[in-house]
Amino acid sequence: MYVAVKGGEKAIEAAHKLNAEDRRGSERYPELSLGQISEQLTLAVDRVMTEGSLYDRELAALAIKQARGDLIEAIFLIRASRTTLPRFGSSLPLETGKMSVRRRISATFKDLPGGQILGPTFDYQHRLLDHDLAGPSDLEPADTAPVDVDQEMPRVLDLLGAQGLMEPPSGQNTDHGDSPGDLTTEPLEFPASRDVRLQNLARGDEGFLLALGYSTQRGYARNHAFAGEIRLGEVSVEIVPEELGFAIDIGEITVSECEMVNQFKGSKKAPPQFTRGYGLAFGHCERKVMAMALVDRALRAEELGEDLIAPAQDEEFVLSHSDNVQATGFVEHLKLPHYVDFQSELELVRRMRAEASAPSEAAE
Amino acid sequence: MTAPILSCREVTHYYGSQMACRNVSLDLYPGEVLGIVGESGSGKTTLLKILAGQIEPTDGTVSFAKKGGALTGLHEMSEAEIRLLARTDWAFVHQHPRDGLRMNVSAGANIGERLMAIGDRHYGNIRASAIHWLEQVEIDAERVDDLPRTFSGGMQQRLQIARNLVTSPRLVFMDEPTGGLDVSVQARLLDLIRGLVRTLGLSVLVVTHDLAVARLLSSRLIVMQGGNVVESGLTDQVLEDPQAPYSQLLVSSILQV
Amino acid sequence: MTSTVGDNGQTDGYNFAYLNEQTKRMIRRAILKAIAIPGYQVPFASREMPMPYGWGTGGVQVTAAILTPEDTLKVIDQGADDTTNAVSIRKFFTKTANVPTTTHTGDASVIQTRHRIPEQELREDQVLVYQVPIPEPLRFLEPRETETRKMHALSEYGLMHVKLYEDIARHGHIATTYAYPVSVSDRYVMDPSPTPKFDNPKMDSMPALQLFGAGREKRIYAVPPYTKVKSLDFEDHPFEVQRWSEPCALCGARDTFLDEVILDDEGGRMFCCSDTDACEARQQAGSPDDLLDQAS
Repeated sequence: MYVAVKGGEKAIEAAHKLNAEDRRGSERYPELSLGQISEQLTLAVDRVMTEGSLYDRELAALAIKQARGDLIEAIFLIRASRTTLPRFGSSLPLETGKMSVRRRISATFKDLPGGQILGPTFDYQHRLLDHDLAGPSDLEPADTAPVDVDQEMPRVLDLLGAQGLMEPPSGQNTDHGDSPGDLTTEPLEFPASRDVRLQNLARGDEGFLLALGYSTQRGYARNHAFAGEIRLGEVSVEIVPEELGFAIDIGEITVSECEMVNQFKGSKKAPPQFTRGYGLAFGHCERKVMAMALVDRALRAEELGEDLIAPAQDEEFVLSHSDNVQATGFVEHLKLPHYVDFQSELELVRRMRAEASAPSEAAE
Repeated sequence: MTAPILSCREVTHYYGSQMACRNVSLDLYPGEVLGIVGESGSGKTTLLKILAGQIEPTDGTVSFAKKGGALTGLHEMSEAEIRLLARTDWAFVHQHPRDGLRMNVSAGANIGERLMAIGDRHYGNIRASAIHWLEQVEIDAERVDDLPRTFSGGMQQRLQIARNLVTSPRLVFMDEPTGGLDVSVQARLLDLIRGLVRTLGLSVLVVTHDLAVARLLSSRLIVMQGGNVVESGLTDQVLEDPQAPYSQLLVSSILQV
Repeated sequence: MTSTVGDNGQTDGYNFAYLNEQTKRMIRRAILKAIAIPGYQVPFASREMPMPYGWGTGGVQVTAAILTPEDTLKVIDQGADDTTNAVSIRKFFTKTANVPTTTHTGDASVIQTRHRIPEQELREDQVLVYQVPIPEPLRFLEPRETETRKMHALSEYGLMHVKLYEDIARHGHIATTYAYPVSVSDRYVMDPSPTPKFDNPKMDSMPALQLFGAGREKRIYAVPPYTKVKSLDFEDHPFEVQRWSEPCALCGARDTFLDEVILDDEGGRMFCCSDTDACEARQQAGSPDDLLDQAS
């Protein structure tokens, strides 16, 4: 008798095996290779790297395969693996101005030094199911303008800054001196400095940030955003090893960057000028960086002396709920047994019902 | 002459570049009701919040005499001390009861909160105090377990007063205490406040734009305009023989009605 | 107190007990601080663990940080060693630390628990590690971290009693049945994690060290051995624990926390100990009269 909770060990083992079977699916089809995932499901890999906060296409592909395509599960796998890695230090700030650009658009200026580059995008593609993709497809090479590698591509917001119309990039708001804060090694405390805030948003769930960013456009802390510049491309990562004392290039990564230009009416300290919202992600995560930039700007409300009226401006609310690994864990933990708590509630409800019915019975 | 219970010197406050009040000095003596009158935007509410330690002034000092103690500057006190004062020796009656009540707990819990905050741990005594204070503010003791949202506006305001007075504070700040109420309800509330002030010997700072409220409650008046004190004196004196042009305007505009 | 990390216990290329030594040092510092300030929630840089947040990552990190190869580990969930999540956590430490495990409370040096305190009295040489979902006892009265930290700092706990007052006014008694708030060493108000209030008295002056880990919320707190832990109450409505009208159907105990087991869809049910180890020990010690009555 009372075997309901027994045999947990066997059940777990069997569950693992069933999960593996479902992962593999029918053996009529060849098993997915990591190369197929990292080369053909690139945007899924990019999202897993960004929110997993680990730049490794192969590990991300493995995580996606292991997670059966559940990206939050894959992000979780990457995060857990990341925990075990030693930290060597932090890189120098990425020079995205020196990016070898594959895509670069600005919604604020028609033409600008370096020009606009449409690059790989769904933007102007009609969303019609392409049945040719159902089978093997032929690739036609794209006609691209010759890229002048020596062409400078200054960032749009710096151009505005040169005219004094844009606030300077904020070096303020950093509590951590030269090296940025890291919420994976120090607990998040409120109010958070902007570097930590940006890190939180970069790791944050794309869907959550998308909804919050969207809410700012619909009047919940509207701040009149323009996509000043969105760029995608490769940048060098440099570190300064202590024993060398000078910077060395350790490789190249692909990043997406978005700088939003937002209205600001001015305060007693600052004249009316444009302000920034910033977004950065590994790989090609355009939706993510745009949403991130909107939310970053909304979270600067207090610093800029704006009224705090909407969820997107509420630092504790946004930063405490942005992480999908935390969120999914706590939501899904409701699956765990709560016999004991429930038993306590059961006993209380029975007692209160008994008390509640006692006087009425007496009255009858 | 006794020493003041609350005193401020040359208090000036700016919101950004906006001046809210300038060079205000005043003393409040034990057992006295001091009215601060002026139209909205005159700086009276800012001044009240500064005196109650809720805003730190840009310039100037505020001092309070603790029980049996000398005047001590609020800036010399820790945040812990000020928060303790705020829930024991001081009371703050907000214009809107919602700002001063917990709307989601019963009237009894609202009144009992300050007692529990200072360590009262006897349910029966807390409840008895709550009922006593409900009666003091003329609310039926039967309502002790009801939520404030089931109360009328006037009752909510009286509940807020009861919630504040339960720790026998020595200093009460009132911000337009009758502001949101009907005229008939106002009269009853003013009567009640006047009675409580007399029987309990409270020291009160009351901010109002309503000269009738000031006349009924306060013994001395300060008139503010544009952040400055333009006149001060005994209430009767100021109302019957206003000296400053703005006070004259204020008095005549009310009396004509 | 650095643990010697050799080849013993390492599997799959992970460090002993999964976490690297740097992380363990960080967690140990937080634990030491927590012990020094009983009941105070120490923020720590909680790591992502290979199990989900909300599934015991805080407890797992605390256990990983204090575990040595000489330890014997017991893991319970809802009082039972055999519930799936307890099994999963036990396997994790078997795999990453290769420490011996036990289901016998008396044999364990480290006990990680979710939602229960073992019925058997713990000893000075044992450590009880609680998994905590929401460490902040004031959270549902005041959602803001900045404000609750201030309330703790200034001992502003009136609001906590407002809730208890409301319970009595409404129900005639305090209606909090689990996660029942306690005052530790007459200073900090603490959430004992969602243990039933039945277990609260066991926390008071317990000879064993009690450590609490909240992974998602990034807090560690502690009750050192022999520390006063008082359940909040009113003088005239003193704290009391749940009682059952019948004994455990399996071992006959009348002084343990009982789970209700539904036997059929016609309202048939029975009660038996939630602490499976204590229950089994009692059953082996002798078959009580009650057991015979119940079994018929």
